[in-house]
Amino acid sequence: MKALRDFLDSVHHHFQKGGKYEKFYPFYEANDTILFTPDTVTTTGSHVRDGLDLKRMMITVVLALLPCMFMAMYNTGYQANVALADGMSPENWRGWVINLLGIGFSPTNIFACIIHGALYYIPVLAVTFIVGGHIEVLFSIVRKHEINEGFLVTGMLFPLILPPTIPLWEVAVGIAFGVIVGKEIFGGTGMNILNPALTARAFLFFAYPAQMSGDKVWTAVTEKIAVDGWSGATALGRIAAADASNPDAWRESLGAMHLSWLDAFVGNMAGSMGETSALACLIGAGVLILTGIGSWRTMAGCVAGVFAISTLLNAMGSETNAMMNVPFYWHLVLGSAAFALVFMATDPVSGPYTERGRLVYGFLIGVFAIVIRVINPAYPEGWMLAILFMNVFSPLIDYVSISANVKRRLARSAA
Amino acid sequence: MLQHYLGIFVQSAFIENMALAFFLGMCTFLGCSKKVETAFGLGIAVVFVLAITVPLNNAIYYALLAPGALAWIHPSLAAIDLDFLHFLTFIGTIAAAVQIVEMALDKYVPSLYATLGIFLPLIAVNCAILGASLFMKEREYNFSESVVFGLGSGIGWMLAITSLAAVRERMRYSNVPEGLRGLGITFMLVGLMAISFMAFSGIQL
Repeated sequence: MKALRDFLDSVHHHFQKGGKYEKFYPFYEANDTILFTPDTVTTTGSHVRDGLDLKRMMITVVLALLPCMFMAMYNTGYQANVALADGMSPENWRGWVINLLGIGFSPTNIFACIIHGALYYIPVLAVTFIVGGHIEVLFSIVRKHEINEGFLVTGMLFPLILPPTIPLWEVAVGIAFGVIVGKEIFGGTGMNILNPALTARAFLFFAYPAQMSGDKVWTAVTEKIAVDGWSGATALGRIAAADASNPDAWRESLGAMHLSWLDAFVGNMAGSMGETSALACLIGAGVLILTGIGSWRTMAGCVAGVFAISTLLNAMGSETNAMMNVPFYWHLVLGSAAFALVFMATDPVSGPYTERGRLVYGFLIGVFAIVIRVINPAYPEGWMLAILFMNVFSPLIDYVSISANVKRRLARSAA
Repeated sequence: MLQHYLGIFVQSAFIENMALAFFLGMCTFLGCSKKVETAFGLGIAVVFVLAITVPLNNAIYYALLAPGALAWIHPSLAAIDLDFLHFLTFIGTIAAAVQIVEMALDKYVPSLYATLGIFLPLIAVNCAILGASLFMKEREYNFSESVVFGLGSGIGWMLAITSLAAVRERMRYSNVPEGLRGLGITFMLVGLMAISFMAFSGIQL
């Protein structure tokens, strides 16, 4: 540790004003502060003393994401290995690597699943960090702000909400859009209005729908090499397509794919890489709530919203739309519900800052997400868009709850 | 029946939002959205004007302008088609309604009247307002449908401008690159908001 400190101190003068690498100061600063606690303190005005700075906060979120990342690798590989016909191997470089290592494609072998999944997940993650990281550094040098760890979280979240088969150039385009338009034009971390990872995802969704939706993108196999009768449709896709004249149609279509509630809870189903496991998200939620980094109010609001609207829709019922009959405990484990409500809705920057506002915000996210999921035939999943939609309204929610506070206190002091 | 009206309301307020799906009424949308209070006031004015003018235009159109509409005066007039006058008539009705709103505001809420300034008379030529009347004619709404439609599109527009104003107030804390400050970033923001409103596109009611 001492040697590292000495090294950093010895190169420090190069990065100062007038030094050789003056332009790259943000880069030096980022490395220094991530390794050592910075010694700069506020000298004027009142300020809060806290061991938790932006870097530690962001790292905590990344730690909370670890179970999801593990499930992303395992489940992507598992789904692909299950769907793969006996003796077949993928016709891309991944098949070549696995055959070279001699690991095989057995779905019961956890290690084989993880390796297969990692060969999909790691390249997406790498492209995200290389492209997004360079943009972040470029902006911090040109605009002379510090390199912020905000991107670390965005870059971790983004690969988890993509389908495994996404072409890597689309990952690059998406994250570039998300970082530049979603964040940097507003001034960087903490100053954005919309969640950058969701902005990137929504941009890809509308710009390249063929690679972001449908039945074929969620499992990393093609029909040619898959077992007979394989269909890559997600649970939500199947329910939406079910014949709804029978009120139990949703249950039957889940039964047809042998998906029990527990399977869905653990994340044993096709979907975006990191979104399938409600269990992994629950662990993440525990970390976020215990450390106080994610707002429990937002999460509780979301769950309440989902409960309220799906109970209402169940009571209304429908002869034409099987989604109307899905109860709330299934809504919470299918699709990206758990991931979105734990990691996306609780983004402290794009959500409201007031505590009462967070409850309302969460509730409305839950309501809109289920409404889009159930009623909008164009999109089988609505969480991403519902959160983006509420991001737009979160400053208004803040405004209303602050002015209500002001009014209440004025009334109290007048009395 | 109720479901039908609810459908029209949701469609006009969210799915086909005047500001963020059709980009109508952009001049006031961008020009009057710096403060939430002003934006809300203008939004209320737009709701009011839309809720009056769309049904009014509907009544006038089907009583006087539509092909054969004059038959109720005398059967010999059934051949007359005054449809070509609808632009002129709609604008006239709108201008009169805006004049009434303006006088009412000046009398009862002078502070709002002062902040809205030139934008209030500009509502008369706001494309969202004329647009709503033209959509009403094109979609052949009847009178009660047009009441719901006018109210819905007004509320949708008000929601959009109020949330834009709140976002712009929060952007005080942002550090926007110099070349983008002001209208530049606002245009990009409206684009991003429109993406988020696309959540509802495709819903069939």
